[in-house]
Amino acid sequence: MVEQTLRYRDDEPVSDPAVTVDAFADQSNATAVRIEPGDDARALLPHLERIALVEVNFPAYTDGRGYSAARILREHGYAGELRAVGDVLVDQLSHMRRCGFDSFAPNQDISREAADKAFATWPDVYQKTVDGRPAIWAKRHG
Amino acid sequence: MYQYDQYDQAMVDARVAEFRDQVARRLAGEITEDQFKPLRLKNGLYLQLHAYMLRVAVPYGTLNSRQMRMLGDIADKYDRGYGHFTTRQNIQYNWIKLQDAPDILADLASVEMHAIQTSGNCIRNTTADHFAGAAADELVDPRPYAELLRQWSTFHPEFDYLPRKFKIAIIGSETDRAAMKLHDIGIQLVTNDAGEVGCRFYVGGGMGRTPMIAPVIGEFVPPLQMISYLEACLRVYNRYGRRDNKYKARIKILVHEIGADEYRRQVEEEFAHILTLGLEPPPAELERIKGFFEQPGFDASASDELDLSDPDFAVWVSQNVHAHKQPGYAIATISLKPVGGIPGDASADQIRLMADLARDYSFDELRVTHAQNIVLPHVKKADLYTVWQKLDAAGLANANLDLISDIIACPGLDYCSLANARSIPVAQKISERFADLGRQKELGELKLKISGCINACGHHHAGHIGILGVDRKGVENYQLLLGGSEGADTSLGTITGPGFSEDGIVDAIEKATDVYLAQRSDGERFVDTYRRIGMAPFKEAIYAKEPVNG
Repeated sequence: MVEQTLRYRDDEPVSDPAVTVDAFADQSNATAVRIEPGDDARALLPHLERIALVEVNFPAYTDGRGYSAARILREHGYAGELRAVGDVLVDQLSHMRRCGFDSFAPNQDISREAADKAFATWPDVYQKTVDGRPAIWAKRHG
Repeated sequence: MYQYDQYDQAMVDARVAEFRDQVARRLAGEITEDQFKPLRLKNGLYLQLHAYMLRVAVPYGTLNSRQMRMLGDIADKYDRGYGHFTTRQNIQYNWIKLQDAPDILADLASVEMHAIQTSGNCIRNTTADHFAGAAADELVDPRPYAELLRQWSTFHPEFDYLPRKFKIAIIGSETDRAAMKLHDIGIQLVTNDAGEVGCRFYVGGGMGRTPMIAPVIGEFVPPLQMISYLEACLRVYNRYGRRDNKYKARIKILVHEIGADEYRRQVEEEFAHILTLGLEPPPAELERIKGFFEQPGFDASASDELDLSDPDFAVWVSQNVHAHKQPGYAIATISLKPVGGIPGDASADQIRLMADLARDYSFDELRVTHAQNIVLPHVKKADLYTVWQKLDAAGLANANLDLISDIIACPGLDYCSLANARSIPVAQKISERFADLGRQKELGELKLKISGCINACGHHHAGHIGILGVDRKGVENYQLLLGGSEGADTSLGTITGPGFSEDGIVDAIEKATDVYLAQRSDGERFVDTYRRIGMAPFKEAIYAKEPVNG
């Protein structure tokens, strides 16, 4: 059972249960959906307007498919909550944030203080992603 | 050479601070070895059979003298006075104490070096042509593109937990000196009829237990879209590469299973999307990086003449020196393969001497080759004799480049926790058997490569002669392969038949070379003769029953 969610959004959390990607297509009133590693995040693209929460499950932290799923959703304009759930460790938080996650429900609690420290690991970043941080090359060339 | 600015320096400094904190937590018992393992692996720190091994990145194999000197000093201060140059143009230290590792990373950071992503299922250190910027046959200098790649791949947030490790090589010559087609991605910089530069992408090559030669996926990608194309290649792999079986998780299996055409289709679809996102560094960034790779201040009046009256020097020149694009200059390769030595090893003193030679005679530059040797890329021909004398005095003037004793070998069971058999003693015995340089030269170019297990770190598939060590019911056994190659004529070796003991494999190689000497036509290398006459004559000689005595 998830004890605690680290959330970096100002809006109200969604209380609807998240449904599977397969079930989502048939439920026109569903607003929360859960992506498993083998799911194609692009299946959600036609429905982004009505989604308020996407949970991306990490059954094992070593399975990195969820990073691509998150980025794809953000790249296509998804603005709702994007939550990493499962085997989410403090050492992955920084990269997850860069890929567009803005809430975290780890199997094992992570303190807000430890999370803030993780987010501050890198003074700058080499890549442009979806988190709005300017890449180092952008800073170099104004 | 590239120089860090404040941003690059801040990145490696942040990494040192992060790892220092992680090691402190481990030493204090706050985290378990299981929790610590993925963290140390991201910093190139492996727990091997006897000690920790630290793998230091040498980005695209390029070093200045200050960095090389630091590698020697680290060998003295934290290891047993030597280091091991690897087939991925890196250096490894085999006897590291965990509590020293953060200090080593700090020492490296002080000379703009690091151990970032030298392990783990992420994008590893990019390798490149070791003659880049110097080779007479070069079309495009790959180093600026390699530096762009280094920065893009460093702490890439999407591709840190790929199905498996990911290795990229880049070249800019027709001659492939980087085994480019045997990488997850090989990029060849080419020019079209209009003289424009393009990146030809080979994707899905590799060695390991399923060796494959990469097919061309992108024929001519504009250099200012290279990063976007890479993002597309990697994203398709990250999403669809197999994760159910570690041995089928490399991108070569994905490309093979869905086919090059389908993989290309998916990449192009993703590429079209990514181009809309503006992820590519601007042209000014590539220009900025190119500024660090201007030609050094060559002496335009340097003489192209070379005094070869010293016969030993003449032999070294004929074997270890290559043509430079600048008249009056040459590329000198320092062989780290003395007879009976450990391939790729160099003592701290030797490392520092090579640093001094680079400073004094090669515009402060060195390269590490994937064949585990060191290159002085820009030596004035007038200085070559002096350089050779200094190398000779330090035991570094082995004139055996690309000969049978210039062996690539992995660390094997002497160090590596994955190995099934020892590689080093086999390499030593072969170099001793063929110690006579005249005999080696008679055999000509002969690339011999040894791996101590199926993971193929010693590139045995790509050797003209390859050796694979396996474990046969608790006894080390060595399989022999013939006919591999890694250049423009890339091919994979074929196993001759049943394996051999440690001494038996040396005998078998000698028999194979006898077949070559007896059967070769004019100008044929070993691998050419093999390709012409096939396996049968070799097999017959290698497995012939010895006459029974008494």
